Amino acid sequence: MVINMNKENIVEFRDVSIAYPLKKFTLQAVTNASLPLKKGMITALVGESGSGKTTLASSLIQCISEPGKVVGGDIVFNDNGNEIFINKLKDKELRKFRWEKVSMVFQAAQSALNPVMKVKDHFIETMNQHGMKKVTMEEKEAKIKKLLNFVKLDVDRVMDSYPHELSGGMKQRVMIAFALLLDPEVIILDEPTTALDVITQYFIFTLLKKINKEMGISMLLMTHDISVVAKFADYVAVMYGGRIMEYGDVHYIFKNRYHPYTRGLIGATPSILGSTKDIEAIEGNPPNLLDLPKGCIFNPRCKYCQKICQEQEPESLSIDNMSKGKCHFYKEI
Amino acid sequence: MENTAPLMSLKKVNMYFKKPGSVLKDSNIHVLRDIDLDIYPGEIVALVGESGCGKTTLGKIITGLYRPTKGDIFFNGENVSGLFNKKINSFNQVQFIQQDGYAALNPVRTIYQSLYAPIKTHNKKLKKAEIDKKIDELMNLVGLIPAEQFLIKYPHQLSGGQRQRILMARAISLEPKLIVADEPVSMIDVSLRLSLLNLMKDLNKKLNMSFVYISHDLSTTRYIAESGRVVVMYLGEIIETGKIGDVIANPRHPYTRALIQAVPIPDPDYKANEDLPLKSMELGNIEHRHIGCGFCNRCPYFEDICTQKVNYVHTETSDVLCNNLNKVPTGAVYKTYNK
Ligand SMILES: Nc1ncnc2c1ncn2[C@@H]1O[C@H](COP(=O)(O)OP(=O)(O)OP(=O)(O)O)[C@@H](O)[C@H]1O
Ligand SMILES: Nc1ncnc2c1ncn2[C@@H]1O[C@H](COP(=O)(O)OP(=O)(O)OP(=O)(O)O)[C@@H](O)[C@H]1O
Ligand SMILES: [Mg+2]
Ligand SMILES: [Mg+2]
Repeated sequence: MVINMNKENIVEFRDVSIAYPLKKFTLQAVTNASLPLKKGMITALVGESGSGKTTLASSLIQCISEPGKVVGGDIVFNDNGNEIFINKLKDKELRKFRWEKVSMVFQAAQSALNPVMKVKDHFIETMNQHGMKKVTMEEKEAKIKKLLNFVKLDVDRVMDSYPHELSGGMKQRVMIAFALLLDPEVIILDEPTTALDVITQYFIFTLLKKINKEMGISMLLMTHDISVVAKFADYVAVMYGGRIMEYGDVHYIFKNRYHPYTRGLIGATPSILGSTKDIEAIEGNPPNLLDLPKGCIFNPRCKYCQKICQEQEPESLSIDNMSKGKCHFYKEI
Repeated sequence: MENTAPLMSLKKVNMYFKKPGSVLKDSNIHVLRDIDLDIYPGEIVALVGESGCGKTTLGKIITGLYRPTKGDIFFNGENVSGLFNKKINSFNQVQFIQQDGYAALNPVRTIYQSLYAPIKTHNKKLKKAEIDKKIDELMNLVGLIPAEQFLIKYPHQLSGGQRQRILMARAISLEPKLIVADEPVSMIDVSLRLSLLNLMKDLNKKLNMSFVYISHDLSTTRYIAESGRVVVMYLGEIIETGKIGDVIANPRHPYTRALIQAVPIPDPDYKANEDLPLKSMELGNIEHRHIGCGFCNRCPYFEDICTQKVNYVHTETSDVLCNNLNKVPTGAVYKTYNK
């Protein structure tokens, strides 16, 4: 089946499933997930801890943690109108693709740096690996300084520091700068600001939004901070137990909360405003991926659960129809 | 609180680090400046402040992982500055939950092994079956269910938030008197975050365990430490401290005001006041800190005196390190919230 890519999309996850085959069992962390990343937009991926966000996002640069594998579907990149099937790339092509087209700020950013290398050497090494060996050291340093300055770091000290000499948030900012090094078209940001205070976070997102608008860079943002999503994202996808439950623009999602899980998630978000009484945690526990409930996997925790929900799993969202919502009673509750 | 003795007291604690790439002593970086802090039994203290201002360093000093360059530390009234590390840590009375959950677990040990070993060392008499039962309970407490599925895994096989919960389980397994938790729930969804914070609250009540909670998430902090204390740091100093509810409702230090105004609101239609009360978009620089008030170069209420000296002022709601409180606005920083 030939599906032509929607021109507005820079990336399409089409019906992607990802599994971790372990010794005693195989854990399916992502199941039939479809998700577009719109060009020049910030798409946020939200959902519980362990819902498969990192797993899905890392398939875009084929960096799924061992022994994870894509077991179904395609991840397609729109390279000026040509479709690149990322999951079919050869190693050599993939190495070029990574960082040059798509870069990622890993959730483990704080330990992604090599402990025995100075900050600047991380940058220089990657530049050298990507055909910039001939560029003079001065030019390279100028570029590094520009990037570190951009993330509000004290450039001279940080360039010459080893990772352990930096605070958690400083390391995170180094990784954000690093992701911008080769002017990628897409940046995956996996919990990029967990170690940043809100002022620094605000400055960095404001600057990221600026590059996002000026250079048309697209972003996939994963965060548990629902307020950050509200403030900076254009589109939101909600994930639960490895499935995409709902997708839409940020106003649509926050205002309507059509999916019961989305409703619970946003309802559990504390705010600095208002009373401390009116928030509620979602009852129950995250689904056991090895023993999923029959029917809709959210049904044991759903306030609106009906008979059909315990029998039949609602259809998954597909890349051609992202607006339906994975719920038997979508828009009805 | 004032009539009980503090569990831990820091007196004029200072910390210097070697400047990267330099061997000269006088170019050392002064990361903590004259920190005075008392932590009472059963108290929750939220520690907030700009990235790089010294929170983790302070946390490591409290838990004996770093020895301060200058200053004294008292634990239960006893001066432990010199022998701190040995004395406190061997009794497991103080536990540190690291900010970087990835580095804190041994990668070649299963989760089960990482949880089992410290409990066994701490309490040699326990039988394997008893420890197993305890581990199972802990896993339940932190919401990792079914436990067996996670216990056989290695750290890299867990998601970010799952790993953070293992660290929390490990810290509480030893029932310490004080836990310093450095961003313990930053990678956990809000729903679970609340239940873990409630768990901290319960332990705090039941076992009279004290918590120092380092976090950037003021909205959530407000929920656990409603009655607790907040300590705001800026470039190595404590600049404001008071009851958390009071400080959020009426921040007095200009930095605290900017910080609270910058907290994002979980509503895309909320039009925040985008202009933070700051002079520029620069951040504080700990190496080139100004003399006098460290915040003076970013402060809209700055006066010449601020570059010379600054003193603590005791106000109705908090203690504040600022010369110009009469110029700083009072009251809430938020526009009324109309939806
Ligand atoms: N290398 C691995 N081997 C086995 N299982 C794994 C591996 N990596 C992740 N998992 C499991 O896959 C599921 C999804 O993990 P993932 O890291 O994608 O979650 P996440 O949504 O990013 O969570 P968080 O918000 O906590 O970071 C989890 O149950 C996790 O334990
Ligand atoms: N071992 C070290 N050697 C040299 N400098 C260090 C060392 N550890 C920390 N620093 C410096 O001390 C300052 C304070 O670091 P610390 O980790 O305490 O900050 P933090 O408040 O925890 O920040 P964050 O919120 O970003 O984690 C930073 O400027 C950091 O670069
Ligand atoms: Mg993750
Ligand atoms: Mg820190």
